[in-house]
Amino acid sequence: MPFNIYDFSGTTKAIDQFLYAKMPPTWAFITELAIVGLIILLFYAVIGLYLVYLERKVCAFMQNRVGPNRVGKWGLFQTIADLIKLLMKELITIRKADKLLFNIAPFIVIIASFMAIAAIPFAKGLHAVDFNIGVFYMMAVSSIGVIGILLAGWSSNSKYSLIGAMRSGAQVVSYELSVGLALLSVVIFSGSMQLSTIIESQANGWWIFKGHIPAIISFVIFLIASTAEINRGPFDLAEAESELTAGFHTEYSGIRFAFFFLGEYMNMFIVASLAATVFLGGWMPLHIGNLQGFNHVMDFIPPIFWYFGKTIFIMYLIMWFKWTFPRLRIDQLLTLEWKYLLPINLVNILIISFIVLMGWYIK
Amino acid sequence: MNSVGKYFSDIFYGLKSLWKGLMVTGYYFVHPKQIVTQQYPENRKELKMFDRFKGELILAHDENNFHHCNGCGICQLNCPNGSIEIIADSVPNEDGKAERIIDKHIYHLSMCTFCALCVKSCPSNALAFSQEFEHAVFDRNKLTKVLNQPGSRIKKEPKEPKAPKPPTDTVPKSNPAN
Repeated sequence: MPFNIYDFSGTTKAIDQFLYAKMPPTWAFITELAIVGLIILLFYAVIGLYLVYLERKVCAFMQNRVGPNRVGKWGLFQTIADLIKLLMKELITIRKADKLLFNIAPFIVIIASFMAIAAIPFAKGLHAVDFNIGVFYMMAVSSIGVIGILLAGWSSNSKYSLIGAMRSGAQVVSYELSVGLALLSVVIFSGSMQLSTIIESQANGWWIFKGHIPAIISFVIFLIASTAEINRGPFDLAEAESELTAGFHTEYSGIRFAFFFLGEYMNMFIVASLAATVFLGGWMPLHIGNLQGFNHVMDFIPPIFWYFGKTIFIMYLIMWFKWTFPRLRIDQLLTLEWKYLLPINLVNILIISFIVLMGWYIK
Repeated sequence: MNSVGKYFSDIFYGLKSLWKGLMVTGYYFVHPKQIVTQQYPENRKELKMFDRFKGELILAHDENNFHHCNGCGICQLNCPNGSIEIIADSVPNEDGKAERIIDKHIYHLSMCTFCALCVKSCPSNALAFSQEFEHAVFDRNKLTKVLNQPGSRIKKEPKEPKAPKPPTDTVPKSNPAN
C-alpha cells in the first residue's frame, strides 16, 4: 500500500546524529533526554490546562450554561488564571500527617501519567519510546497512579481522605482487569503489543471496523472500565464531592492539589489516546480496504490531526458520561465489574480468539 | 434459563436507559441556543426580573403621589429583624378628629432579609417589592431609605356603603357624614 505519510523518525534521527556529532556520547544522550523531557513537560502542562477548560465548557453546554467566558476570548485563559492562583496559595501541612508520604503522593500520581505519555505515538515516528510491549507498559505504568492516591489518603490523617483512597484502591484494582482484557482483544487481532505495529496493522481499516461486533464490545468495555480506572464520574467515588468533600485530596492545597487535578485530566488524555490508538487507529487516517482513491484523499489530512481528532472524540465521550450519569454506589460499582464486565469480557476474548484462528476478521 | 434471560435483559435495559440519558445531555450540547444564562453586565439594558423577584421594599405610589399607608405600624411589628421604623404623625381630619398618618416610613435595606412578612401582613396592601437589585453603595447610610415620597398623601378610598358595623364601633355617625 503506498504511503505518503510523513515519517517523523527521519527528523528525530537527524537531530540524534547532529547531537552525537557535536558532543561526546554521554552528553549527547543527556541532552536528548533533557529535550524530550522538556517537550513532554510543556505538552503535559498545556494539554492539562486546556483539558480542564474543555471539560468546563462541555459540562456547561450540557447543562444549558455558558461556562468560563470572562478571562480572554471565550474564557480561554481561565485555567491559566486558575493555575496562577493555585501557584500563589499556601501549601498547608497537616498536623499529625505523615510528612514524607504526604509530600511524595502528588508526585507519584503525576510521574505515573508522565511515564505513560512517553509511549504514546502522536504521529508516524513521533513518540519518546516505542516498546515492543507498549500496551503492557501503558497498563503497568498507569496503574502506579493508584499508589499515589492510596498514599495521599493514608498520609493525610483524615477520614474523608482515607475512605476516598480505599474506595479508589478497590475500584482501580478491579477495573484494571477489564481494561487489560479489553486491550488484549486488539492484541490478539494485531498479533503484537507494540503500539506502532498495532497502528500499522490498521492501515486498511481500524480494528473497531475490522473486528466485527466483538471489537465494538471490547471498545465499549474499555471505555467503561477506563473511565472507572481514572476515577472519573460516574465512577468518581474516590472523590465523591457530595459525601467525602474531595476524597483523597481533601487535605491538599495549592500546587499539590493542582498536581492531583492535572494528573487526573492527563490520565483521561492518556486513556483516550490509548483507546484511539488501539481501537481507532491512532494517527492512521481512515482507510477502507483497498479503495485507493478514498485512502489517498484521507492521507491529505496530517496524521497528527487524525490522532488529536480521535483523542478529543473519545475524551468528549468520557465527559459526556460524566455529566450525564449519576454516581454509582460502591456495591453497584463492584457488581458492574465482577458480574457484568468481566464475564462478558472473558467470553468476548474467547470469541475473538476463535475469529482470529479461523481468519474471519477483515484482514 | 430464566435468570440467564434476566441477566441479558438487564444489560440491554440498562444500556437503553443510559442511552436515553445521554440523548438528553447530547441534545443540549448541540443546541447552544437553549442556554439560559443571563450575561449580566452586558444585558443590563434589557434585563427584566421576574414579578416575584424581591429586589427591595417599596411603598407603592400612584401617579398623583398617593399611597395606601396609614401608618398603622403592623409592618414594623412583623419585621423579624427590625429593618422597618414607622414614624407616625397625627393630624386633624375634616371632622376635627386626630387621625394617624405616616410621617416617615424608614426602611433599613442593610438589615432586610427579604422575608416579605411586612408585605404579607400589611392590612392596606401599601407595601410591595420592586425588581431593583443593584444595591451596592459606598456609604452604608445610603442603605437607610425613607419609603414615602415627599409630599405624598394617603389615598382615601371613596367610602363604599359598608355593611352594618358591629356595635363596638366607636364612631357610628361618621359613616354617612363622609
